Amino acid sequence: MTYTQLAIVGVVVAVSADVFLFRTKLVTRRIFWVSYSIIIFFQLISNGVLTGFGIVRYNGLVILGSSTPVDAPPPMFGAGRVFFAPVEDLFFGFALVLLSLTLWVWLGRRGIQREPMAGPPRFSNRKLRK
Amino acid sequence: MKQFAYLGVLAVCLLGTGLLEVFLRARVYRRWLRLILTLVPVVFIFTHWDIYAISQNHWTFDSDYVTGKIAVANVPLEEVCFFIAIPICSILTLEAVRSMRSWPVGDEQASQNTHELNTSVDSNRTGGDEQ
Repeated sequence: MTYTQLAIVGVVVAVSADVFLFRTKLVTRRIFWVSYSIIIFFQLISNGVLTGFGIVRYNGLVILGSSTPVDAPPPMFGAGRVFFAPVEDLFFGFALVLLSLTLWVWLGRRGIQREPMAGPPRFSNRKLRK
Repeated sequence: MKQFAYLGVLAVCLLGTGLLEVFLRARVYRRWLRLILTLVPVVFIFTHWDIYAISQNHWTFDSDYVTGKIAVANVPLEEVCFFIAIPICSILTLEAVRSMRSWPVGDEQASQNTHELNTSVDSNRTGGDEQ
């Protein structure tokens, strides 16, 4: 299978695990999408370093874009790339993040170290609200 | 030093999100058992994906920027570290957002109807256990 195909399978499996297998249904929750938007921003930076400097190099036969050039950075945008990384990496990352959060929440739901819950932030007056 | 480039990227990610544990009280490392139990299947599954992808030449690693140490089969140490670090960063982000916003995540269900646990959540919320 190509990376493109596997990346799509990864997303489908992760969403299925979240919705049907573990029933955490994170993809229906605001907190997941807000967290994921923060994660994807930093993912683009860190993965951009790994792919832009050619630390990790891709084979053009298995991605939508073309191979990482030998002596130059890959395209920053376009040609199947998003901030130097193959667009497939976004799907791979989504599957990795969603599966991790699904398992974390599922374990908490099962009573494994549900407590102590997160918060409140230090140096915040938010606690005065309640 | 160049060979630590990949590991360095992961270290920066962990140091950055580590601030969330301290300043936003994400309490992810503190719940280390739950964290380890989350990481085991994730590392297992994604390492297998990696074994396949590397065997099929989906991606390769510039030998100048990795340590050259192999974690398992054909998978570089850095990749396994990636499958540990990125989930930790993600969970820290989720818990940091929860700390800031108190939006439902789905794991608070069982505790919501019991007075006893509500009380303990309240005492956490006033920060009384961490001063």
